[in-house]
Amino acid sequence: MKFRAMIVLAAMAMLSACGINSVPTAEENAKARWADVQAAYQRRADTIPNVVASVKGSAASEGKILTDVINARANATRVQVNATDLTDPAKVASFQAAQNQLGSSLGRLLATVEAYPDLKSQENFRSLITEIEGSNNRITIAIRDYNTAVQAYNTRIRTFPDAVGAKIFYGAKPMVPFQAQPGAETNPTVDFGNTN
Amino acid sequence: MRILRALLLMLALLVAPQLAGAQTFPALSGRVVDAANLLSPAQKQQIEALSTDVGKVAQRQFVVATIPDLQGYPIEDYGYKLGRAWGIGQKDVNNGIILIVAPNERKVRIEVGYGLEPIMTDALSQTIIDDQILPKFRSGDMAGGIVAGAQAIAEQMKAPPEAAEARVKAAAAAPQAARSSGSSSDGFIAIFWVVIVLFFVLPIIFRGARGRKYRGGRGPVVLWGPGLGGGWGSGGGSSSSGWSSGGSDWGGGGGGFSGGGGSFGGGGASGSW
Repeated sequence: MKFRAMIVLAAMAMLSACGINSVPTAEENAKARWADVQAAYQRRADTIPNVVASVKGSAASEGKILTDVINARANATRVQVNATDLTDPAKVASFQAAQNQLGSSLGRLLATVEAYPDLKSQENFRSLITEIEGSNNRITIAIRDYNTAVQAYNTRIRTFPDAVGAKIFYGAKPMVPFQAQPGAETNPTVDFGNTN
Repeated sequence: MRILRALLLMLALLVAPQLAGAQTFPALSGRVVDAANLLSPAQKQQIEALSTDVGKVAQRQFVVATIPDLQGYPIEDYGYKLGRAWGIGQKDVNNGIILIVAPNERKVRIEVGYGLEPIMTDALSQTIIDDQILPKFRSGDMAGGIVAGAQAIAEQMKAPPEAAEARVKAAAAAPQAARSSGSSSDGFIAIFWVVIVLFFVLPIIFRGARGRKYRGGRGPVVLWGPGLGGGWGSGGGSSSSGWSSGGSDWGGGGGGFSGGGGSFGGGGASGSW
């Protein structure tokens, strides 16, 4: 009897060493960080209609750039990645591409605004810009936290002993981190010669 | 075995200085960490009193830090890492706030913990920086700007919820109104996705993983719902948790001061002069 209890205990110890708990824990953590990434992007998307509206009011001649931003925003809100799809590189890449496109067209719009001092000096527009900057900052941090969580998860499911449990019980696949995009974190420089 | 241990030790010695050299923060020596020596003892005491007051009245942690060297990092980057390293704010409530001044880089930032984002919005942080701090900095009065900024922050932190909310609205009156009317559909989309992921996607994963053991019941689904909800609250949407003061598990009364384990996610605003 005692012997059997010991076997059960040993089996439990072996199972817990095989990542029976730690693999899902790491997975849930990475997914929660992904939710933060999406929330940060959503925060930015929520501010954009107000930015577009105020630019339209004061700088209606920038129609092309405004349309770009509106289209990019519509596209970016359409591309969503469920937590289950985080193992699919193509889906993560298309999400990232859509958001990056929105980021760069928004950056172009804000650079153009430099030419309209009356708009820039508006109290309300200033707080919108603060809002966008804050969102971009949160996005950067959320992505960094997500990548850290993904790295921890990927390392866990590919190293011994957790790899055993990950493979046998969960069929765990590595998640896809966000790729660093050159120049994505810097604000665009103002170029008035650029008329696109 | 001994060789292995020696090798590990060598490896640790090799790696350690690199890790330490990556990014270092001044020690959290108190409520005011004046590493750049900008404040007189009297001013330091004045701000410490403000911070103690904030802790007593609202159970929030408010720290002022002057940093001589940002080590090449943007202040937004340095700020949230500093907040996390110090753990300012209560754990799980994340109600810490830091006023960071980097005189050599000529940058200032108000770094706001997750839980305080609804009370100290980015717009309000920007207003405090632009109206209270930067004018004094520009005229060369560093200490005066820091004290004025600390006063404005402490006032907002101590304010009763209604007054604090009124100030938040004043800082961003027009955008707030436009947002509630203009993009309610986006809020709906966000809620929609949160609900989808929370109640459908995750339970499916959970059930798939444990399917062999608990085939019949939907029990785990119900059990996991609230549990996950708690974890998610620490994200941007934790507006309600910011107001509740929670259990005050940091006794910052008379003796030493230490962070409560709060976290930061990029809230706040920066300025330069």
